[in-house]
Amino acid sequence: MIDYALNFGLVAVSLALLLNLYSLFKGPSTMDRVLAVDTMVINVIALIVFYGIRQQSVMYFEAALLFAMFGFVSTVAYCRFVLRGNIIE
Amino acid sequence: MNIVLEVLVSVLIVIGAGFVLVGSWGMVRLPDLMSRLHAPTKATTLGVGGALLASMFFFFGVNKTLSVHELLITLFLFLSAPITAHFLSKAYMHRHVDPEKTLPRPGRLGWSTYEAAPGAGDGQQNEEQS
Repeated sequence: MIDYALNFGLVAVSLALLLNLYSLFKGPSTMDRVLAVDTMVINVIALIVFYGIRQQSVMYFEAALLFAMFGFVSTVAYCRFVLRGNIIE
Repeated sequence: MNIVLEVLVSVLIVIGAGFVLVGSWGMVRLPDLMSRLHAPTKATTLGVGGALLASMFFFFGVNKTLSVHELLITLFLFLSAPITAHFLSKAYMHRHVDPEKTLPRPGRLGWSTYEAAPGAGDGQQNEEQS
């Protein structure tokens, strides 16, 4: 039963990533594109977690943690760059 | 694996993937950025939380030891999503929203994100201008 749920989950998250890619190309302003990339990072975390369940390996946890941290830091850095013109004052 | 645990993991996977999909669909569907921020910051974060709970229960069923380090990612995402949304909306307001036209005038002092604090010293001013 977990296999069917995992298939559904992988397909749904991949579809969500395609929707994010469409939103990334469509977004009228810069902040729309930053929001699309941020959502894409969060969806990639879900994809990595589902793939780790499918492979029955705990090795993918560290990759998900790194993606969470670097996604947050990069989004905040990009927002500060748009807001102030430099990142570290 | 126990059948109860298997049903629990499957339901959590389906709920998490559904919320992730709803969040991305909302980001495509909603009209402008201030309403578009709602979908990824709420629905997608909840979906990833469900996926991580599913992973935690699955590896509890496989390894017979409860590992809570998936909750670390959940906690980090739940802490960082409001900060990200706040930064995004603040940058959007400074670039695209005119406070005189669209926002109501607050009482005696202006909006704190557009104007300096009333008692701000020189250090604050220098930081604002650099």
